[in-house]
Formats: sequence, structure tokens, C-alpha cells
Amino acid sequence: MEEKELKTKKKIIPHKTKMPEQPPEERIKNFKEVPLGYSEEQAVEEATRCIQCKNRPCVTGCPVEIDIPDFIALIAQRKFVEAARKMKEKNALPAICGRVCPQEVQCESKCTLGKKFEPVAIGRLERFIADWEREKGMVQIPPRPAPRGKKVAVIGSGPAGLTVAADLAKAGFGVTIFEALHKAGGVLVYGIPEFRLPKAIVQAEVDYVKSLGVEIRLNSVIGNLFTIPELLSSGYDAVFIGIGAGGPMFMNIPGENLSGVYSANEFLTRSNLMKAYLFPEYDTPIKRSRNVAVLGGGNVAMDAARTAIRLGAENVYLVYRRSREEMPARAEEVHHAEEEGIIFKFLTNPTRIIGDENGKVKAMECLRMELGEPDASGRKRPIPIKGSEFIMEVDAVIMALGTNANPLLPSTTPGLALNKWGYIIADEETGATSLKGVYAGGDIVTGAATVILAMGAGRKAARAMEKYLS
Amino acid sequence: MFEIVEKKVLGPDIKLFRINAPDIAKKAKPGQFVIIRINETGERIPLTINDFDPRQGTITIVFQEVGKTTILLGRLNSGGFIEDLVGPLGRPTEIEDFGKVVCVGGGVGTAVIYPVTRALYQAGNQVIGIIGARNKDLIICEEEMKAFWHRLLITTDDGSKGIHGFVTDALKKILEEEKIDRVIAIGPPIMMKFVAKTTQLFGVKTIVSLNPIMIDATGMCGVCRVNVGGETKFACVHGPEFDGHKVDFDLLIDRLNQYKEEEKIALSTLQD
Repeated sequence: MEEKELKTKKKIIPHKTKMPEQPPEERIKNFKEVPLGYSEEQAVEEATRCIQCKNRPCVTGCPVEIDIPDFIALIAQRKFVEAARKMKEKNALPAICGRVCPQEVQCESKCTLGKKFEPVAIGRLERFIADWEREKGMVQIPPRPAPRGKKVAVIGSGPAGLTVAADLAKAGFGVTIFEALHKAGGVLVYGIPEFRLPKAIVQAEVDYVKSLGVEIRLNSVIGNLFTIPELLSSGYDAVFIGIGAGGPMFMNIPGENLSGVYSANEFLTRSNLMKAYLFPEYDTPIKRSRNVAVLGGGNVAMDAARTAIRLGAENVYLVYRRSREEMPARAEEVHHAEEEGIIFKFLTNPTRIIGDENGKVKAMECLRMELGEPDASGRKRPIPIKGSEFIMEVDAVIMALGTNANPLLPSTTPGLALNKWGYIIADEETGATSLKGVYAGGDIVTGAATVILAMGAGRKAARAMEKYLS
Repeated sequence: MFEIVEKKVLGPDIKLFRINAPDIAKKAKPGQFVIIRINETGERIPLTINDFDPRQGTITIVFQEVGKTTILLGRLNSGGFIEDLVGPLGRPTEIEDFGKVVCVGGGVGTAVIYPVTRALYQAGNQVIGIIGARNKDLIICEEEMKAFWHRLLITTDDGSKGIHGFVTDALKKILEEEKIDRVIAIGPPIMMKFVAKTTQLFGVKTIVSLNPIMIDATGMCGVCRVNVGGETKFACVHGPEFDGHKVDFDLLIDRLNQYKEEEKIALSTLQD
């Protein structure tokens, strides 16, 4: 059937319509967004590549089940307003998803066109239509439904929390989001850099969620200011926990408390949330280091390395103990990092960080590794090569090794069941926790994952919470 | 936005703000701190809570103007607003009837030890206070604390008030003369370091309140990591109070100094 569809269509353009980008030599000197987005013509051209196949496999590849072929068809017909409305039915944050979703393993990986050619650039089209709607001032606030007379507290304003809040507000519930930081957005504002996700776009999406009637209380650390039992006894009928997996991991090697050693969380929070790259216009400082080592091979490591080069570093090394094939980062991020001159040091593992007399980093000792048999993660296990120690001269080390569950909230919530790593145990389909009326989703349940998976978990939890409250 | 309802000048460059923050006032306990961000371009700094009044819905902070942020803060007046105030953060001081305790406050740290002193007094302890500063003008909170200690010693580096010397001199004398069950010291890191050294000789449990650089202050960024007994701890969530005999103060001081150059640059941008 699909094969036939592919044959019957005349003249399919085999490649995605190219999206213009800032050239590497220019963009490493600024924090502006790297890909510049489609024009209307480019979007229409790409949208007409979609063959509108019958069984719509792309939709099943989307954690929030956007009606992908429908919004693409509307773009092809230049019905941009309608396309935007269609998308917003399922996704309250399309400008974000269009930028940071790993489409290559989700919707686009299922695209029928992808069997013979490059898949339709669904992510780029999603971004286009969201940007078009916002820039043209066409964002429409859906009519407020009749109030259901019940209140929900959402803890954390990251992707999971914003999704739950939007869905439940649209269903007529009173929703309050409690955010610990001074800005809403969670990892979207403190973690993902401006050049990948402009903060003005996050703010616009947050404003959209607020326009649905959601109240956001900033500077509210739940666990300290209020506890979950207090929220439940003070008028909230249900609680959603979407606090992310906030704690930074270190390597436990000598020297990692030296000045100049950062967790990726700290380095990125300084730059993104606190806008330290604009110091001294903004008051939070960040060191302008010359030789920076970023440890890790995931998307966060790429973000940290690309931030370091924009802060003016001469050399940024990405130090990873396995090889290129095992790196968990998205291919697109690795590609962008390479274009920007990040130096990849594969099969290399730090053993200690060396400081000067003032307790500042001056070098890092590493061991070379080789790959052995696959380990529990399915990736080949790195094994140190004896006697292969060598010294790298660096003045900053950024640890992007993943995160762990922050115990601050769970420790003040009696009866909340956690797994052995401290993550909240929640039903995969409903987000229900061990406590009645308390749901959870996103990284605090799964461990560090993606924005869209957190949103998917939020969507499911919202459905279950609606049922629970009805 | 949080309104400043009262401003007092306690000494040269030392100011007190009472701030309207009803939710925080209801929850605050001695030893806890808040994060303050003055305005949209501001940094986040931790300040330990000096006092809290759940009935009036206010908390009080005392700070010394040492850098751009604290100077800007000091320029605000009663009726003005602080953009962001987060708290109460950190673990409260352990309060019980230990017997005879010495509370040591150094400089602006005296303001912070005030609620601790009061709580220890109310828990039934015999409380000896030692407050020290460079000179008599920098001695603060003496009046407020009168009701909450059984004995008070004041030390100044220049001898302009009380004992001529450091808080450690006064403390050592007490430790030599009587049995002390616990010492709590809050002040500059160098003072806490020497208090801990002094009490170690006498084997008296000593609690110190650490003030490293912080950003989120909820355990997310790790900038406030300190070494306590060979283990890395986050002062924001595991502290800010720790066993003074186990703290690596030199590391704390090095880490506090890491942005000295940037602090100078920030200060140079300040308009009069």
C-alpha cells in the first residue's frame, strides 16, 4: 500500500528543503539561534513533499500524537492559521518541540517517504508554523471552558508541568504552577542555550499557557515553602509533580572541587537563566576560560561545549570515554559542535584534576581507553589502557555526566514511593504515584530524557487526572 | 515583588530590611536562608534570615555592603521592592537543650546568629554570647539579643569596645574555665575556621554556618559544594550548617574568591 503510494505520486523531491543556518564562523561569536527557520515558500515546498499516506505512521511516532499530515496539508494549501490551530489542538508548545525534539527517532523515523528518500522535515514545519503564528500575532486563545470547580497544583514549570497545566486548564480546571526559580520554563530556560532555543520563544509559549488561565507562582520551592500534604489540605484537589531530575553528577575524582570545575547544570544555568554571557550588563559572572574540557557525550555536553566556545574559549575539548558511535547526543548536535570547532577526544577518561596554588584548575590527567564487550546499557564497555596517562592543560572542566533525582521534594512527602535511585514511581500510562491524587511525570520519573517525552508523560497524566477529578 | 516595609542602618555599610513575605515568614526557622535577586539583571545571592514574624508576615535580613549586589540592595528604601525572594532554604539549626552553649557571632554574622541564640535560650540552654567585629561601630544586634543570653562578651580587633582581641581569644578563655556542651559560630569563614580550631582542642562540638556562592540553592547546580569530613556536600540543601571540625575552610575560602576579578568589574559598572 505505502509502496504503491510512493510509486503513484509523481516526482518526489528526494531531499528535505534546506533550512538556512548562521555560518559557523559567525555564530561562534554570538548566542543567536543557529538554524534560521523556513520562509513561507520553503515551508510550502517542504509540505508538498508529504504524500498524505493513508496510515499516517508519523502520528504514532509522536509522543503527543499531533495530527501531523493534517497540519502539513494545511501548510501546503497556505492555510497557515488553520495549520497552527490544528497543531495547537495537541501541542501547546510547538515552537519549542519544533526546535528540540529528536524528530529523527520519532515522527520522521516513521515517515513513509523515508523508506526511499529523506523523510518530510516535520520538525522544521512544526517550528515554521509555530513561529509564523507568533510572529504574525495570530495566536488565538481558545475560549475558556465552563469551570469544573476543582483545583490542581502543578509543581515545576518545565515541559511536563506546562503540558499538564495547559491540558487541565483547557478542560476547565483551575491550575496553579509552582516554580522554584524566578522564571518559568524549567530546563527550557536554565538548561537549553539561547542559540538552540531562544528564551523569548519559551516566554511566548509560557505566556500562551498562562493565557489559558493557568496561574504561575514563581520563587516557590515546594518542600520548603509548602509541602504536598499542605497543598492537598489547602484547596488543591490533585497535584502533579514535574520537578525534573535536577541534581548534578560528579565523577568522584580528585580535584573536582577546584575553582573552575563546574557541573553542566551550573555552567548552563549561569549562561542561560542568569544571562552571564552578557556580564557585566547582567550581574552574574562566568569565567572566560581559554582551554575548556567538557566531560560527557550527550546533548547537554554539546550545549556546554558550544556555550564555552561562544564565551571565547580558544580550545574546547569534548572528552568522552567511549567512541563516536556510542555518544548519546543527537547527530545534529554533534554536527553543529564539530562545525564550530569543538575538539572531540574519544576513548579518554579523566582521572584527576590538577590545581594551582589558589585552588584553580590548571590541568587534567586522563587515561586512554579501549572498547570491550557491551555492558548492561548495550554499549561497548570502555576499558582503561594501563600506563596511558597523559596531561591536558585546561583552565575549566565542565561535568556533563547526567543528573540524579533531587531529594528535596520527595523527602518532605511522606508515603511517596521512590525507586532505589530516588526517582518517583509512577504508572506509565497515568502518572499515578503511591499517593492518592498525586501524579508525576518527566525526568523525576524516568531519569534524564527529552522534552517531548516529558510532555508525553504530562499529556497522559492530565488525562488520568481529569478522570480522577470527574 | 516583595515590599521592603522597614529599613534600618545598623552600622557603616550594614543595613537591615524587614520584608513583606507572609508565606516565607510562616515557614522560616532559625538557621535558614533566602535567595534574593534585586532586579531583572541581578544575580541570585543567599542571605541568612535574621528574624521572622509569622503574625506580621515579614522576614528580616541584615547585610553588609561589600559588592555590587549588596550595594544596590542597600540603596533600596522602605516602600521599595525586591524582584525575587525565595525561601526558606536549607536545613534549620538543630535546636535542643544541650546544656551550656556558646554562640559566636562575627561581623554581620551576628545578625544571623540572633534567631539561633533566641531559640537555644528558649529551649532551656545556658547561653553565652560572644560577638566580635573590627571596631565598635560594627558591633550589631547587641540590644536585641540582651534578653536571650545569660552572659555576653564583646570583642573588637582595635579594642574600641569590650575585649581587645578576636572572638577566639574570648572563646578560649571560656573553654579553659568551664564545661561547654556546644559552640555555634557564624561569621566570616576565616573566623569560623579559627573558632573550629580552638574548640577542637577542647573537644567541644561546633556548628558553623557556611556561605558559599549559590545560584538556584535547591541542589541543582552544585556551585555551593563544600568538603565536610572528606565528602562533598551542597551547602544549600545539606547545610548551610555543618560540623565545624569537619569542614575544609581553605577550600571554602578559595571557592568564595574565584570571582574576585569579576566582582571588581561589576563594582566598576556601578553608577553613584
